[in-house]
Amino acid sequence: MGKIAINNERCKGCDLCVHFCPKQVILHGSSFNSKGHRPPKFQDDGVCTGCAICARICPDVAIEVWR
Amino acid sequence: MQKVYERPESMADVQMSYCPGCLHGTVHRMIAEVIDELGVREQVVGVCPVGCAVFMYEYMSCDMIEAAHGRAPAVATGVKRVLPDSVVFTYQGDGDLAAIGTAEIIHAAARGERITTIFINNTTYGMTGGQMAPTTLLGQKSTTCPTGREAMREGFPIRVCELLATLDGPIYLARVAPVNAAGLVKTKNAIKKAFQKQLEGRGFSLVEVLCNCPTQLKVSPIDSLKWVEENMVPYYPLGEFVDR
Ligand SMILES: Cc1ncc(C[n+]2csc(CCOP(=O)(O)OP(=O)(O)O)c2C)c(N)n1
Ligand code: SF4
Ligand code: SF4
Ligand code: SF4
Repeated sequence: MGKIAINNERCKGCDLCVHFCPKQVILHGSSFNSKGHRPPKFQDDGVCTGCAICARICPDVAIEVWR
Repeated sequence: MQKVYERPESMADVQMSYCPGCLHGTVHRMIAEVIDELGVREQVVGVCPVGCAVFMYEYMSCDMIEAAHGRAPAVATGVKRVLPDSVVFTYQGDGDLAAIGTAEIIHAAARGERITTIFINNTTYGMTGGQMAPTTLLGQKSTTCPTGREAMREGFPIRVCELLATLDGPIYLARVAPVNAAGLVKTKNAIKKAFQKQLEGRGFSLVEVLCNCPTQLKVSPIDSLKWVEENMVPYYPLGEFVDR
């Protein structure tokens, strides 16, 4: 069991975490942050393993992970 | 649950200037993690390039110096020789290292300087608008070879690791591509090994990181990683070229 938190203001909406998450629990976002980027949404449904692959690819260090 | 992943201490809590999805930030974070894990933050002196990573000194929480274009290995040589106990690294793009700074990197490697170079090969001059780099692939379009690079006109792309592997000064040369989950782990491991080699004090170490430039490729970040895997990796094989 794991969970992540995305820092929406640091995120640039590149969606690399969306594509890298092996459990597909990060979904393309629909609302904008103050800089006009669209941070993705974490689906907290108990499927996340806390593997931190999303955090390792994130170019903007916007993801924290708990396990 | 406990926190298992957060910003490394050696990285400043600031917004970086890179385009969305650019791996410069990913590689910065790996370097910061390695510095933390080796516990050498107080000894580290990094040397920044000219290129998109020119503001790297704003993003790292360790001592950093800004060098003139391509001259980071010369600056790093000076620092390391004056402060032999320091841990010195350069961070350089392909325009910086393989074009204007070709002489500096070859001679620093040949001298076996006890420094570590992190070389970002993204096949382009990202900062100045996507001009051809020495590493631009044959057939690849750029603003200065708009119909695609042709060997008989623009020459052949340079494989930096293989070139430096002919020298006796380097003790570690590796090429990695952080474009998938396994590649992320291998990239971090190679960067860590390169720093550990420097700590052994026997010679020069370099990690070439195949990276993306989604802005100049004009594709999405995820497609730019696929492009690296499908086009760069066949020409720039991954692996360790020197490990002694
Ligand atoms: C002496 C000098 N010549 C030329 C330039 C212009 N210039 C700035 S960045 C750059 C190339 C950067 O490309 P690269 O090293 O591949 O880094 P990237 O921007 O792709 O990360 C050039 C030619 C300069 N700043 N100084
Ligand atoms: S920690 Fe792993 S499973 Fe959880 S969101 Fe990130 S990549 Fe997906
Ligand atoms: S990888 Fe980072 S910057 Fe990119 S969308 Fe995910 S959280 Fe945002
Ligand atoms: S221009 Fe290319 S290398 Fe520079 S920050 Fe943007 S994506 Fe990265």
